[in-house]
Amino acid sequence: MSEHDAHRTPVSLSSVSANDPRLQPAAKNPGTVEGVIAVTFVVGALLVAGFGASYWVNAKPWILGATLGGGLFFLGVGLVAWGKYLMPRGPFVEERHALANSQSDRDAFAAAIVERGGGVLKRRKLLGGLLGGGLGIFSVVALFPLLRSLGPLPKGTLFHTDWRAGTYAVDQTGRRIHHGDLSVGSIVTVFPEGTENTDRGQAVDQTVLIRISNDNFTTQKGRESWGPQGYIAYSKLCTHLGCPVGLYEQQLQLLVCPCHQSMFNATNGAIPQFGPAPRPLPQLPLYIDGQGYIRAQADYDQPVGPGFWERA
Amino acid sequence: MSDGATTKRQQKAALGPYGKVGKALNELDDRLGVARGGRTFMDKIFPDHWSFMLGEIALYSFVILLVTGVFLTLYFVPSSAIVTYHGSYLPLDGQKVTQAFESTVNLSFAVRGGLLMRQMHHWACDIFVGAIVVHMARVFFTGAFRKPRELNWTLGVTLLILAIANGFLGYSLPDDLVSGTGIRIAYSIMLSIPVVGTYLAFFVFGGNFPGTAVIPRFFILHVLIVPLIIIALVSAHLFLLVRQKHTQFPGEGRTEKNVVGSPMFPVFMAKTTGFLFIVGGVTALLGAFAQINPIWQFGPYDAARISYAVQPDWYMGFLDGALRIWPSWSFMAFGHTIPLEVTIPAVVLPGILFNIAFAWPALERRLTKDHEIHHLLDRPSERPRRTAAGASVLTLLAMLFIASSTDVIANFFHLSLNTVLLMMRILVIVTPILAYPVTYLICKELQGVKGGGKRKTPNLVTRTEEGEYLASATPPYRDDRPHEIEPAPVPIFIEPEPDEPTESGVRTVER
Repeated sequence: MSEHDAHRTPVSLSSVSANDPRLQPAAKNPGTVEGVIAVTFVVGALLVAGFGASYWVNAKPWILGATLGGGLFFLGVGLVAWGKYLMPRGPFVEERHALANSQSDRDAFAAAIVERGGGVLKRRKLLGGLLGGGLGIFSVVALFPLLRSLGPLPKGTLFHTDWRAGTYAVDQTGRRIHHGDLSVGSIVTVFPEGTENTDRGQAVDQTVLIRISNDNFTTQKGRESWGPQGYIAYSKLCTHLGCPVGLYEQQLQLLVCPCHQSMFNATNGAIPQFGPAPRPLPQLPLYIDGQGYIRAQADYDQPVGPGFWERA
Repeated sequence: MSDGATTKRQQKAALGPYGKVGKALNELDDRLGVARGGRTFMDKIFPDHWSFMLGEIALYSFVILLVTGVFLTLYFVPSSAIVTYHGSYLPLDGQKVTQAFESTVNLSFAVRGGLLMRQMHHWACDIFVGAIVVHMARVFFTGAFRKPRELNWTLGVTLLILAIANGFLGYSLPDDLVSGTGIRIAYSIMLSIPVVGTYLAFFVFGGNFPGTAVIPRFFILHVLIVPLIIIALVSAHLFLLVRQKHTQFPGEGRTEKNVVGSPMFPVFMAKTTGFLFIVGGVTALLGAFAQINPIWQFGPYDAARISYAVQPDWYMGFLDGALRIWPSWSFMAFGHTIPLEVTIPAVVLPGILFNIAFAWPALERRLTKDHEIHHLLDRPSERPRRTAAGASVLTLLAMLFIASSTDVIANFFHLSLNTVLLMMRILVIVTPILAYPVTYLICKELQGVKGGGKRKTPNLVTRTEEGEYLASATPPYRDDRPHEIEPAPVPIFIEPEPDEPTESGVRTVER
């Protein structure tokens, strides 16, 4: 073992003498290192001061960040270098004592709990049971106001929307949709009249209105009268996770959800064509009234949006 | 004059050899009795290996989160009330937005330093979760979680979950189009849980989505309740670390009964404080030069609008990916629906993953029948089965993460979305299965490599007087010399270290 190696054997800090080489810096040329660190500290201090100045004059955010970040970075690098190269190089060792106590200590501890506690409880089983019962009731009862006051029971808009027989379809600005408004192949998001600016209208009632052709269009059996003059409407809530089915692929006539890429065939009852959505988008039955406005025949025949336990 | 000097010297002598500091410490010890414990703490030894720094990154990015977060709470208004925006960002002028959105835009543009603080906060969060994951990988692959540190591993996994949860809560607060879509998805995931889902969702959101309760509720969770729990658990995490002392890699002079490294004061304190500054500095530089979450470009949330390529923060990516590639198998019967296409990837899958993480120390104890106390770390190649299992899970997570950008991949490589989806479905299953044997074999090979994992030493080339060149090997570096590991019983599951091969070029590979 060489001279240098002997000094590399770890020793305990408490046994180290003042002139021990392990207390010397690790750097070969401490003077040079000190100079370099001094430079990083000066740069760091200047940048941090620059941060103060740029804050004072309300400089651009990137200047604030550059001065703050650069300043902290240089101060940090200098400090790490100081610790690494100029402080006692070690290595030092610390003894690790077993955490476990002697068996007699353990037994005494266990005895204190088991014998004292067990004795008390065993002798007074009735009291223990009654107290436990009382606390149990309290913990269940305490949950009621905590949970119940958090929100209403799941009803209402979970199962039906604001579309009713005769409701006018309006766009986001509240304008009623006339049967001449859309050219074939175009699409618009509609709401039941009066809900277009409400959270509920946007989150629950949102519906896509597509003009597929110029003739009455039937998507599926039993829906012969639902698509007058080629207008068909589907709930805009994806049946996967409720994102708005916001994209329309005109050539393939697919409605696409940008969240998880579910695709629905607009010409065939919005049956899911691709992706994770499990169910077709519910279709809204439409009719065109005497003045040519597009209105709903009724609400959706099923809950809109993603699946849940109570959904039949 | 001389009188004054004497008095000064006397006063100094009366203070004792350590001056005013010593006196103050004496006063403190009179009252709290901290001298002996304090000395022990100052002498606490920290191993010098770089991998021990990963946890520090997590800790310091959390400190930055607290500091920048306090700044943000001074300006953020957690309210869903609708206001008309008339701020300094003109493209949004006149739009109806929530107060949460308005105040976030205002604190970005009108508050001095606000944008920097917001971006630092967001970056620090991404770094926080990332550092926890990398730190956890270090602890896993080196076996630092083994007895007696199982409890600290459990605390760590809990902290990861809390960090992810709080990250999501904070990401949701500005009420912009992208985060609002994220909340919408979180709502639908709650809704998907059988039997109690609708109640859970209605109670969390105070009614059907979106309601007006969710922003204030998320706010108080994000700024008070979850951070308090995180602070408590981090304190416990560090307390256990001090109580149980650090683990260390084996090396000359390092045994199961000691810790070798640098003392707490002043060496480690200087290094770690410097490192805090470096982490803060890098975060500030990211905040200055790398834009993150520009909510004014996304616009305010509107449940009927959506934007293309919506993706969550990186740590939610694996969930989003799982949701994208899981097939559309819904269960509908007996008047009930179980949306398995949501419940399995978004509830069951993370449940299984985190439960495996919680259970791993006990699981490994059972498999290896190793109930010994371990303070010396494993090299990952020494424990091929554990390393292979970890690599397999990480591969699965990486594939799920990639699957969260199927649409971007399809666009970028001009592939059909169907092809990408099918490809990801195959990769998610195949690659983790392949990762196991491949990692296992690599570990086995590494075990057989002579001097594997050790630094190469230079060859000394000498020229004789006759002009003949001779090469001779120099001795290995000190830390790389063969060392005695405490003869702890080696269980059957864990393979013993192979013997050093004797001839050069001959590898002994145990199979």
